[in-house]
Formats: sequence, C-alpha cells, structure tokens
Amino acid sequence: MSSATDLERLTSREYQYGFSTDIEEDRIPKGLSEETVRLISQKKQEPEWLLAFRLKAYRRFVELLAEEREPTWAMVDYPKIDYQEMYYYAAPRQKAGPASLEEVDPELLRTYAKLGIPLQEQKILAGVQEQKILAGVAVDAVFDSVSVATTYKKELEKHGIVFCSFSEAVQRRPELVEKWLGSVVPYSDNFFATLNSAVFSDGSFVYVPKGVRCPMELSTYFRINATETGQFERTLIVADAGSYVSYLEGCTAPKRDENQLHAAVVELVALDDAEIKYSTVQNWYPGDKDGKGGIYNFVTKRGRCLGRRSKISWTQVETGSAITWKYPSCILQGDDSIGAFYSVALTNHRQQADTGTKMIHIGRNTKSTIVSKGIAAGQGRQAYRGLVKIGPKAHGARNHSQCDSLLIGDRCSAHTFPYLEVKNAGATVEHEATTSKIGEDQLFYCRQRGLSEEDAVSMIVNGFCKEVLRELPMEFAVEAQNLLGLSLEGAVG
Amino acid sequence: MSDALIEIKGLHARAGDAEILRGVDLVIRAGEVHAIMGPNGSGKSTLAGVLAGRPAFEVTRGQVLFDGKDLLGLAPEERARAGLFLAFQYPVEIPGVGNNYFMKAALNAIRTHRGQEPLDAMEFLALAREKAKLVEMPEDLMARSVNEGFSGGEKKRNEVLQMLLLEPRFAVLDETDSGLDIDALRTVAGGVNALRGPGRALLVITHYQRLLDYIVPDFVHVLSEGRIVHSGGKELAHELEARGYGWLEKEPPPGGARA
Repeated sequence: MSSATDLERLTSREYQYGFSTDIEEDRIPKGLSEETVRLISQKKQEPEWLLAFRLKAYRRFVELLAEEREPTWAMVDYPKIDYQEMYYYAAPRQKAGPASLEEVDPELLRTYAKLGIPLQEQKILAGVQEQKILAGVAVDAVFDSVSVATTYKKELEKHGIVFCSFSEAVQRRPELVEKWLGSVVPYSDNFFATLNSAVFSDGSFVYVPKGVRCPMELSTYFRINATETGQFERTLIVADAGSYVSYLEGCTAPKRDENQLHAAVVELVALDDAEIKYSTVQNWYPGDKDGKGGIYNFVTKRGRCLGRRSKISWTQVETGSAITWKYPSCILQGDDSIGAFYSVALTNHRQQADTGTKMIHIGRNTKSTIVSKGIAAGQGRQAYRGLVKIGPKAHGARNHSQCDSLLIGDRCSAHTFPYLEVKNAGATVEHEATTSKIGEDQLFYCRQRGLSEEDAVSMIVNGFCKEVLRELPMEFAVEAQNLLGLSLEGAVG
Repeated sequence: MSDALIEIKGLHARAGDAEILRGVDLVIRAGEVHAIMGPNGSGKSTLAGVLAGRPAFEVTRGQVLFDGKDLLGLAPEERARAGLFLAFQYPVEIPGVGNNYFMKAALNAIRTHRGQEPLDAMEFLALAREKAKLVEMPEDLMARSVNEGFSGGEKKRNEVLQMLLLEPRFAVLDETDSGLDIDALRTVAGGVNALRGPGRALLVITHYQRLLDYIVPDFVHVLSEGRIVHSGGKELAHELEARGYGWLEKEPPPGGARA
C-alpha cells in the first residue's frame, strides 16, 4: 500500500451539484454583435446612458479581439475561446421580475432547495427551522443570465438598504448605478472586464446608507444551468459613510463536457469609515478527473477604499472551476484605509488556478494584509500572483503578505509570483512564503489515533487554511470546511 | 497461548531494501509490562512501527496476533480502534488543528467503533482536564495546535495524555523517555502507570534503564540485529546498565524469548 496511490484515491471525488434543471428558456441568438448588446439592453428596458456604456465597451472589445489581446500572461492553458460560439443571454421563461416569491417558478425553487439555498424567508414564529444553512441570510438568486428572486428585501428596506438584482437597481435607483458603475473597474480595464461591460445581464446591487450597519448577511447565489451559455454578471456594492455590510457569494454549475465561460465584474466602493466584507465560496463545476468540461472563471473583482479609514476585505475559498483567473484587489485611496485578502485555493485533478490580489496604496498610512493558502492535489497546478504597489504619497503605508502552499502527492505544483512596486521610502512591505507537502508522518499520526485517512487529510487541510476560514462569516465557515473536505474526499465508501 | 494479548511469531520486516527485523518472537499477556532494550539500530522503533502499521515498513514474513486475530492485515486506524496505541518517539506537529479538537475527534472515532456514544465538547473537556492532571499538562497546551511549538517534554506528555484518553488495551511506548529531565520522566511515568491494569498490556521501548525504575516491567528483552537475543526479569535492565550489550553477543542466549 504505497502512500502515493493512497493520496491519489483520496483526492478523487464526485461533484455534488452537477445536476441540471429542465426549464423553458428564453435565449437570444448565439454569437456576439452590436445587435446582441442592443437586445440585452432592450430586454432590460435600460436607459440610454447604460446602452451607451455597453456599446463603448463592445467597440473596445472588438478592437481587443482584432488585436488578439486576450491575456496570456497567467499560468493557465486552454484552447482558444470562440466568442461567436456561445450564447450571451439565457433566462428561465417567467413573468418579468416576479413581484413576490410566490410567483417564482416552483422548478427554480426546487433547484435552489436542492442546492441548499432557501428562497423562502424564514418564518421566525413558526418555531421550526427547516433551512440548515443560510437561515436568516438575505439571498439574491441568479440563474443563468437573470436574477430570479431576492429575499428579505422588505426587511432591509426598513433600514434604507437597497439589495436587489442589478436590473432592478437600474430601474429603481438609476442615479446610484450611473454614479458608481465603472468607477472601480472601468469598461476598458481588461479583456474580460470589457466583454462583461458589453454583455452583462444581471447580478446584485447593494447600497447601504450612511451610518447603517446591515443587520444580516447578504448573499448572491450564482447558478449556471443553460448549455453553451456564458454567465456575465455584474455586482456593485456601495457602502456609504460609516456603514457596514458583509456579503457572500456562492456558485455552482451542472456537469457538462463542454467548458463554459463565467466572466464577472465585481465593484465595491467604501466611503469614509465604511467597511465591506466580501466573501466567496466558489464551487463551479471543476471538470472531470481527466480535465474534461468545467467552468472558466475569469473574473475581475476590485474594491475602492475611497473614504478615509474605510476598510475592504476579500475572503475567498476557491475549490471549483476548471480554470480560475481572479485577483480581487483593493485600491487604498483614502488615508488610513485598510485592505485585506484572505484566500484558499484548492486545485485537484487537472484544475488550474492563477489567483492572487493587488493592493494599491495611494493614501497615507494605508495598510494591507494578504494571506494566501494554496492546496494542490492530483495534477492540479496553481499560482499565487500578487502585486503590492506603494505610491509616492503613501507615507507610512504597510503591507504584510504571507503565501503558503500545501502539496498533496507528487504530480501537482504550486508557484508564487509576488510583485512589489514601492515608490515611497517610508513604507514597510513584508513577504513570507512557504511550501510544504502533506506529511506521510502527519497522516500516519492521525490514523494511529483512530482517524480515517479522509478525516485526517481533511483535518490537516482545514488546519492549514485556518487563518483564512476564520475570516468567513460563521454560517459559511462550516460550509467551506465541509467543501474543502469533500473536494479531497475519495469516491470509495 | 489462549490468554496472550499480543503474539508475535517469526516477524521479519524491512524498510526499503534494508532488512531490519529478522525473526522476532514475543508473547505478551494482558496485565503484563514488557520492556525492549537494545543498542541503536537494533530494530526497536521498527518493531513499534510495524505493530502500528507505519506504511514505510514492509512485513516480509511472520505473523502478529492481537487478541488471537490477525493484526497485520488491518489499516493503522483499524488497529487503533481495536485498542492499539503507539506513543511516538517524534510526535508530529499539525499546524492549525487544535489539540483538544484532535483528541476529541480521535476519542470519538474510537468510541464509535466500540459502540459508545460520542462525547460532546463539554463532556470531552471534563474528561481531558481530569486526565491532563495526571501528566501535569498545562491547559493552554490543550488549546494550542497539535504539538506545534511544544518542547520535547511537552510533546511526550501530550502522547501519554492521548493514551490516557483513548485507554488502549495494548500500548507501545517508543522511547518516551528520550529528551526528558528527571522530573518530567517521573511525571510521564506516573501517567503511564495510571493506565496499568489487569486488562491491558504495555510494551516499553527504551535505550536506558532509567525509565524502568519508574515503569517497572515484568519482563525485559534485548533486541539485537532484528532479533530478541536475551530475555529476563526486571533485574536484567540493571545488568545491561552495568555491563552494556557487548556480553550478550558473546554468551549464547538462554533459550531466547519466552514461548
């Protein structure tokens, strides 16, 4: 019984959320053209300025395509994507924007129930808590290209908090959307952000007014269901002065042999003394053990600490996707603002991940913390790529980065690419990196105490990630721990 | 023999290409404490590893029965659940995994196997505190990550604490005395003695007779070049301390191990 084969068996797994929902869909024709962009905008009855934003992005994207500017610097390999060979809009056929949860297609409710995401608001007086997870958490459910339901809207409105689908925000709070859309990630930012700016179809919008502490966790659950369809959602969160919000996103997709593109943009804005905590548990279909199928997760996430003493933290647990290309970043513009990035990325079988962060220090006494934990198993390949940039006026700026990699087996790899650009002599920048292998000795020690191999690996991995997991909201920390365990669990009973 | 708890017969084992155990025979009955002594490289730790199922060793010949049942066919965790415990010579560190959490998971895995209800956090903590007193284990070490940043002595105490919690029927202590000062040795030995009882057996592996002043064995065996070359009572340990191992190689063994 050699240890290498044991570990291999342990790291093979089944994806739990691979089912698909049979539902009638409304699609617009395959391919990308100005017509596609206009159709999406028209379906959403968007104002002129938003169509103009999309068209600017579309024209830019056409140029980028012609110049073959799809980024190639990341350590990931995939066949060239044909942008004319996919659908840009697919929505379950239902009444436009169901007014209440009762009007949501029961098939959709069943789908979300199966995923463990309750779309019924919890009835506190009923005395029975059916929902095991996410109870008391407001959820925006995005199914392919549209949001199908948002819970607890009324409760949140009492506090003046706007939490709704992006499309609804465009109708209800156009002034807020127009003011902040593209203010953190401009339409011309990068190849995938430009594509998203042209064709984004839905997503979530959050506005927390001055001095309000959001009384519950907000979350968006993304589900890709339609075949050959890309999901391009856009999330915008604005925390006004002195406010606080904690937000979480989760994602799953059916098992399919084809690859599907998910190119999202997330923009966060924190004004004076505001704090945004953004957590992600990403579990897109990772492809099978031979690397067939799976989601390409090419996402631009950025937060702007615009106000003084504002704070933005990104916490991510990335276990899914065939390929992850993602660098949640912070622009620390306000003096004394704080940015944080806590990440666990797990790659198994043939998954590839190139992920990390950018901390751009502009204001004085700005602080950032980076904790990245990479776990590679199977033939997984992953890279941490991080930029810490200290501008000339960022006196007293501080950064601490810590990047640890854990290898399971001997066919995987982990790489670290830290970039530092320091233009202020008074700044302090620290970087630590370690790579370790899950020890045969650790595994044996646990087993000698009566723990199964699966439990032992799961325990060691969770211990390795502890610093990141403890940053997650309580409700999701348990989920994330289970997910990490499951992602490495053997198919054997 | 029907009352044997552990029966080792003609055990051969190797690590890589090197043959280390070359025919070990040993019978241990319930209630007995056996000590194995021997020079460096004689195979003491290999014997401990083979009994616990360490994957680095391969058994090439021989048999081990635990309670009359084949032991070598079991996975390490199955051996542990059946009641075999190894106190490691070099306990490993598991960063980020709380010591209490780890011990509770281990105890509950074993309890479940025995058909007992798993303990909840409160019940576990009460039990752990009671056992920790026996080895004078400070409470803050219980909350820290498993063995992380522990001194050599603290790691050994932690091993004995785990043994007291898991209550094995057969425990192998692999050089539990190494790296301990005399006070710590006394404490650790006190913990080990607390486990002695009619239903259990201990195999104490040591380099020095010192430990055996505190954990007094019923039998002492000398392992040399992968075989037990001499066996005797507790006084043998003192003789070895005085005369070293050299004389054993010159005199023929008096009948080898007990049959």
